Amino acid sequence: MIAYLIRRIFYALPILIGVNLLTFALFFVVNTPDDMARMQLGIKRVTPEAIEKWKEQRGYDKPLLLNSAASGTDKMTETIFWQKSASMFVFDFGYADDGRNISREIAARMGPSLAIALPTFLIGLIAYVSFALLMTLFRGTALDIAGVALCVVLMSISGLFYIIGGQFLVSKLWHWVPISGYGEGADALRFVLLPVLIGVVSGIGSSSRWYRTIFLEERSRDYVRTARAKGLSELRVLFTHVLKNAMIPILTGVVVVIPLLFMGSLLTESFFGIPGLGSYTIDAINAQDFSVVRAMVFLGSVLYIAGLILTDISYTLVDPRVRLS
Amino acid sequence: MSFIPVILWSDALVFLLLAAGIIAARYIRRHEHLRLPWRRVAQSGVAMVSLLVLALFTTIGLLDTLHFRTALPQSSSGEKIYSPEVLSVLDKGLEPLRTQTEKTYSAPFALQLYARESVTDEAGQIVREFPRLQYGGAHLADESQRTADVLQRGLIGALGGLIAGVLLVWLLRARLQLRSLRVAVPAVTMLIGMVASLAAVYHVLGTDKVGQDVLYLSLKSIRTGLIIGTVTTLVTLPLALFLGVAAGYFRGWVDDVIQYIYTVLSSIPSVLLIAAAVLMMQVTIDTHPDWFETSAARADLRLVALCFILGLTSWTGLCRLLRGEALKLRELEYIQAAQAFGVSSLRILTRHIMPNVMHIVLIALVMDFSALVLAEAVLSYVGVGVDPSMISFGTMINAARLEMGREPMVWWALAAAFGFMLILVLAANLFADAVRDAFDPRLNRS
Repeated sequence: MIAYLIRRIFYALPILIGVNLLTFALFFVVNTPDDMARMQLGIKRVTPEAIEKWKEQRGYDKPLLLNSAASGTDKMTETIFWQKSASMFVFDFGYADDGRNISREIAARMGPSLAIALPTFLIGLIAYVSFALLMTLFRGTALDIAGVALCVVLMSISGLFYIIGGQFLVSKLWHWVPISGYGEGADALRFVLLPVLIGVVSGIGSSSRWYRTIFLEERSRDYVRTARAKGLSELRVLFTHVLKNAMIPILTGVVVVIPLLFMGSLLTESFFGIPGLGSYTIDAINAQDFSVVRAMVFLGSVLYIAGLILTDISYTLVDPRVRLS
Repeated sequence: MSFIPVILWSDALVFLLLAAGIIAARYIRRHEHLRLPWRRVAQSGVAMVSLLVLALFTTIGLLDTLHFRTALPQSSSGEKIYSPEVLSVLDKGLEPLRTQTEKTYSAPFALQLYARESVTDEAGQIVREFPRLQYGGAHLADESQRTADVLQRGLIGALGGLIAGVLLVWLLRARLQLRSLRVAVPAVTMLIGMVASLAAVYHVLGTDKVGQDVLYLSLKSIRTGLIIGTVTTLVTLPLALFLGVAAGYFRGWVDDVIQYIYTVLSSIPSVLLIAAAVLMMQVTIDTHPDWFETSAARADLRLVALCFILGLTSWTGLCRLLRGEALKLRELEYIQAAQAFGVSSLRILTRHIMPNVMHIVLIALVMDFSALVLAEAVLSYVGVGVDPSMISFGTMINAARLEMGREPMVWWALAAAFGFMLILVLAANLFADAVRDAFDPRLNRS
């Protein structure tokens, strides 16, 4: 198991290097730091001195890949690639345009992100699976057809509508919870309630339909017929046989996103003014703070790869046939 | 000639897609085995009604794709000068809607502006009141006549549309066998007739902050949504098809390289990757203002670039599916027979493998369409969507979102954008389901 994990982590390295090279190419080769400086300082009437100063402040005044002016290992390290890109492997993301340390900012913002994303994920999972099981139980009846139709309509509605509509209805019309904001400790509950509710509702359509397909596929297997032939009740077949066997396809889709919960949700957080990583990213995009966006891209792929490894481990927990070696 | 046709980049790509679609349709018509699944789609009432709605949207989008620039009044030198404003046939058809702009917000069917203004009345006194609209309901003397007028005009329009629709169904009765279509066609024409007759004198969906008609904005947004949903496939399709099939068929190092590329791309959360790419594109566009003749050309190029970025970030899922399918197919006897006969790899790929994965491609493409239309709105909100000057559902929602806090609330622009989007995406989803059911060989049909 341990050996397998170590091997998997080594397999992940080339992919992370690829991600790193890709972001490097995107942010420094497609447009040179000069272009970025010119854009940030205003296109017209920008002096070469101002560009130089902008680059110096941010540490972009070095050669891209190879510093021929330096000597020894400095040839490699005194470059933009080494200092801005390769350094991300040790989670040193450098400084944002407002001068704050990005790594520290990320650590501080993970909490609020998780406070929204984790309950949304857990409650959502339970709600979607139950709804899908209900539809499977009443398969072919009017209830099932109505459920599927509801799912199709719900998944055709824009995610923005759920947020705007929910905010209007719950906060503005009924005054149940504050429209936006965030508090510490027990106070946070007031602010977390609505985003979580909206997050759960907006996912019902596509997720429940997906789980229903999985359950239906499982229900057509031979072991289900055997179980029914033994005289087991439909409920028992569904809960002890179908649900257990459907765990593998469910886990494939679900476990991958668990680490990504740390990243929060871009839309929810910015609409509700939650100081998490999602709103941090949106702010950075709007302010065109390239170093933050770069850091988030890298962090996102690290977490995604962690999710893939977790998925493999979770298989061993639910499927005794799977052994990691 | 008083105008010159303008072909923007996105127009060219739409025409390319249209040509490809027509060629594919003609090819399918000639081959019975390809026609069979489509016939199953044609038998489904839900699918055909969705197709009717989609066809209506597509027609609007295509009319909006035929662009031109009108000539300005002749200058003294006798040289022809064309207006920098790029218009479309749709703009021409909706000329009154486009040009009759009010000062600012007004509610649907309103006669007055939504904001008080200082007006001098007959006695020379300055009073704060809601001024009458310049165009909306200008033919009425006062508010009390409005209900009767709206009802009358609505009824006349609906009746005209209904008659036209029934006539159309009667003319096409041999081809329209489905009862649902025979109901849906008159219903759609009735709605069009009603809206057209009312829109002539009212702002049916109100006006926005700068007084533009919301119905006009919604109709213009359709093209943007359709382009995002379809032009993107021009990038996704070749990448996913060639790389996926090649990886599955050749295996070995080719497979390793292709798998590595798509694993790297798919390991970056898609919104972030799109955001990063769009930010970089923006830098390029902004530092080269001399590339574009008109602002429409700049907005258009940004739209095309957005489609390319969306395509480059979203081909990985389909590629993985196709690789898996090609891995399965290459072990089948008929492929091995072809190999034994010495057929070249390229020919095996194009003649024997690609036609047999086309159903997967088709299902994936129709399924992606609605997701892309929805994504446009989200990306515009995040700030990495289409150009702010381009009319789209995303920019409409973005502009209207700030008005949520207003008392009383301005709801119509949001409702219009979400409503149009829901109709488009719902129709696309229902149609996609029917296509999947008809083409997926795993679903047993008994």
